[in-house]
Amino acid sequence: MISVGLFNYWACMVLMMIGLYTAIARPNLIKKLIGLSIFQVSVFLLYISIGKVSGGTAPILAEGIVVYSNPLPHVLILTAIVVGIATLSLGLALVVRIGEAYDTIEEDKIIEQDLVND
Amino acid sequence: MSGSTAILVSIALPLLGMPFIALTSRSPNMREAIGLVAAVLTFGTVVSLLPSVMDGAQPAAHVIDVVPGLSLAFQVEPLGMIFALIASGLWIVTTVYAIGYMRGHHEENQTRFFVFFAFAISAALGVAFARNMFTLFIFYEVLTLSTYPLVTHHRSEEAMRAGRIYMGILMSTSVGFLLLGMVWTWQLAGTLEFAPGGILTGKASEGIVIVLLGLYAFGTGKAALMPFHRWLPAAMVAPTPVSALLHAVAVVKAGVFTIMKVVIYLFGTDLLSGAGLSTWLTYIAGFTILVGSLVAMTKDNLKARLAYSTISQLSYIVLGASLANDLGVLGGSMHIVTHAFGKITLFFCAGAILVALHKTEISDMKGIGRQMPFTMFAFLIGSLSIIGIPPFAGAWSKWYLIMATIEAHQYVAAGILLMSSLLNVLYLLPIPIYAFFATATNDHDGLHEAPLACVLPLLFTATGCLLLYIYPDPVLNLLLMIGGAMP
Amino acid sequence: MIDMHLPILLIVVPLVSAPLCVLLRQKTLVWAFASLVCVASLGMASMLLIRVLEEGVISYAIGGWIAPWGIEYRVDTINAFVLLLVSIIAAVLMFFALPSVADEISGKQHYLFYTAYLLCFTGLMGIAITGDAFNVFVFLEISSLSSYTLIALGRDRRALTASYQYLIMGTLGATFIVIGIGLMYMMTGTLNMFDLSERLPAMFETRTAMVAFAFLTVGMLIKLAMFPMHMWLPNAYCYAPSLVTAFLAATATKVSIYVFLRFTFTVWGTEFVFEKLNLDAFLIPLSLIGIYVASLSAIYQTNVKRLLAYSSVAQIGYMMLGIGFVSVTGLTGGIVHLFNHALMKAALFLSVGSAVLRLGSSDLADWKGLGRRMPVTMAAFVLAGLSLIGVPLTVGFISKWYLILAALEAGWWPIALLALLSSLLAVIYVWRVVEVAYFQKADDDSNVQEAPLMMQISMWILTGATLYFGIQTDLTVSVAQRAAGLLLGVTP
Repeated sequence: MISVGLFNYWACMVLMMIGLYTAIARPNLIKKLIGLSIFQVSVFLLYISIGKVSGGTAPILAEGIVVYSNPLPHVLILTAIVVGIATLSLGLALVVRIGEAYDTIEEDKIIEQDLVND
Repeated sequence: MSGSTAILVSIALPLLGMPFIALTSRSPNMREAIGLVAAVLTFGTVVSLLPSVMDGAQPAAHVIDVVPGLSLAFQVEPLGMIFALIASGLWIVTTVYAIGYMRGHHEENQTRFFVFFAFAISAALGVAFARNMFTLFIFYEVLTLSTYPLVTHHRSEEAMRAGRIYMGILMSTSVGFLLLGMVWTWQLAGTLEFAPGGILTGKASEGIVIVLLGLYAFGTGKAALMPFHRWLPAAMVAPTPVSALLHAVAVVKAGVFTIMKVVIYLFGTDLLSGAGLSTWLTYIAGFTILVGSLVAMTKDNLKARLAYSTISQLSYIVLGASLANDLGVLGGSMHIVTHAFGKITLFFCAGAILVALHKTEISDMKGIGRQMPFTMFAFLIGSLSIIGIPPFAGAWSKWYLIMATIEAHQYVAAGILLMSSLLNVLYLLPIPIYAFFATATNDHDGLHEAPLACVLPLLFTATGCLLLYIYPDPVLNLLLMIGGAMP
Repeated sequence: MIDMHLPILLIVVPLVSAPLCVLLRQKTLVWAFASLVCVASLGMASMLLIRVLEEGVISYAIGGWIAPWGIEYRVDTINAFVLLLVSIIAAVLMFFALPSVADEISGKQHYLFYTAYLLCFTGLMGIAITGDAFNVFVFLEISSLSSYTLIALGRDRRALTASYQYLIMGTLGATFIVIGIGLMYMMTGTLNMFDLSERLPAMFETRTAMVAFAFLTVGMLIKLAMFPMHMWLPNAYCYAPSLVTAFLAATATKVSIYVFLRFTFTVWGTEFVFEKLNLDAFLIPLSLIGIYVASLSAIYQTNVKRLLAYSSVAQIGYMMLGIGFVSVTGLTGGIVHLFNHALMKAALFLSVGSAVLRLGSSDLADWKGLGRRMPVTMAAFVLAGLSLIGVPLTVGFISKWYLILAALEAGWWPIALLALLSSLLAVIYVWRVVEVAYFQKADDDSNVQEAPLMMQISMWILTGATLYFGIQTDLTVSVAQRAAGLLLGVTP
């Protein structure tokens, strides 16, 4: 049952690989960014699942609650999500500018244009 | 002026001269006057150190600890004293010569030439006075860099290619081998100070000593040991005064001087001679002597022939050092002096011929003795001194070197020295003989000497060849003190 | 009072100043304000280093929350040194900034440029000062995001793709680091570096520890542009505005190397990293290959900025080589080179920037005859170039000395020889530029002026420093030695 117990890690890993592959292998700049986001999200999930304590509830002090999840990873990931959004928006802004400058957002065509210029 | 101040002043004076030379570029007379004054003052300062060194003192100056234990420091010992005297003394002569040459030959960018010339002299003095291997290495590299603009003075395609060979060989050997040897020595001995008797005794196994000696000998590219000799002929694209002072005296002598210092003060002659650890170097030097002479015979360009002659002659000094006995050290360091006077005379003559008759090839020089009797007479004296025929200075150093080979039972080396003298005769003497006795092939009639500023220096150095034979004692006395204890 | 809160002020001052730049708007005013902030930071960083040298480690609990619960700023010799380096470079570059930014950035964007510049500066300082692993990531992203924008401001449209490329690679690297940190937290329940270093040894046998370390290391190696993860660097340096190139080349990779040092030596410890995992067996060959490949690539470049960028990759190889020796001498060499290389590369990129201002191009072909046209700028280039080669009396020599000594101490003389021979490649690529600038005649006769005074001030301060610290090594070497001792847990 070990594999089921580590289910959350498997899910993260699969998402991570999908994201990584897309970010590296896809020629379309937008798709690369989508891949990057999936990759980051998988890490967010990893953090959140680390903090989860089986049977625990939200960490609010209340009568009768003894077991609760660790809130710290969740807070950390809040920061990381903000960073992720900033990165994504900056990346998209860059893609817009690239699209204006090259009239395409396909990486291979951009490289072609640069080679012609050189 | 105290000893330590004198050391620093002598190294700083040429540097101080540089901005003044650069600022007076508009008025060549003023600029050259400043150059001469700087040269005379520098020589005077160096000479002021002589009496105390003759008395056995070794003035020292400490500038700064660059890294704990590694200091930029100077100390005058007899070998360095003699090298400094030659470099700074001949700088005066060469400055006079350069004035005549550069003007007579209408060279461009003369200011830059004089500026970097002064820089190079300062570096040569730094090498001469270095107290430890670290300081020596610093100035050794500065010397390479400061002479690069001189070698590439013409900024032509040819000069650029020569500059590449020059920088390429000198930098790669010094960085690849010399620096490695130096760090290794530091790691083994914990110091790089030059000390009588060496610092490596008991610190390194025989195998390591042999490897280290190899790193030092080949790492000192300026000594032009084969196969790292190509830079010297390449450097001949420089104006002749550069070839004369730097590539017959200051730069190349800095190289063999480094090897001498390393053998005497880092390894110690006892360490090397005891187990015959430097015998292989004797053979490499012998090989360079012979091959250098043979290649010289094939060269028709006068400066190229002199360059290969220099390669061959430098290895005399390396050979003397590699014998690692007192006579070898004496003969080798004596040869630093005598070869300097002989070879600078020959280069001055080559330049004078270029200025007066615009000839560079030996085959065109038949009969020029009639137009340039003084120059060719000086050339004859210089040749005889290089060959080692009395009554000229070269005879002394060759005598001591041959004695040293016999004392070390290196009879092959003795044979090489004798054979090389024969080769010297074959490649040097035909030049003055044809000049005086062959029929003239050129159109100039009557006397047509180079400007006086060119002829006087070469007559002066030729006279020096003679005087050094008659009065070798001051030099000998100084050189006999080499290796003595430092206070 | 101020003395007490120095560590936090060092971060808060530039952080708060960055948005203030947006409010100021007026070009010169913003410049003056940003310069003031940088100089103030330099002052604070110097005070901090002095205090650390006198008193030892300074620990500052933010908001009074004591570690390991709160975020701790922990300053010892090594990060005080890095803080000083970053603030020196940032402050000195401000002279250069005035004419350079006016030339390369459109007037409307100046205040935004300085905002990003200060943010990037804040991020780099934050990475260096913090003692909290997750905080490292946050500051890393602050500096990275602002440097992506800065790079994208380059005039060439390829600056945009370079920035995009860097964004993808940089984010991947940073996320790898986050994964590593997350796994470390999972094992120990703490994010405080000091706390981590005490709790991690119990976990050394677990696979999680190895996975955490692997993610962390790969992430850091991407950020510090270690060969073969350097592909983002040449384009980013090549097309960024001159000032940005100089700033990033001198600081960003250096701070990343500091992070690497901090995590491998302080947090994980040499026992785990080098004795158990033998990272050095991987680091040393990779560094050497990197040095050779990058130097050879530099030789074939036709653009001076790109040539220097490849040279940077090679020089990072030297630093990592020194670190890979895992000895006091080797680390000293690596850390000294970190400082020294920052000085000389900044000087080199500034002289290139001056040439770009006047010529409008960093293509080598346009540099013909530059030795006559801009003698002062080229003189600085040659001097800093000599330092790159490692000629004595320059800083490059000091670094090289320690690296070679470390190799010989370890008994690895072939590595010493290889490292020395590789510096000959530096001779070739520096000399290619020198030959074009001094030996070839300019194609046209147009009159090219020398760079403006403000640029020359920055350029010559840094060039002068490469010479000064080549002779007077008291500050650099002794601090690096202390830092190396600290990292290895031996008191020198």
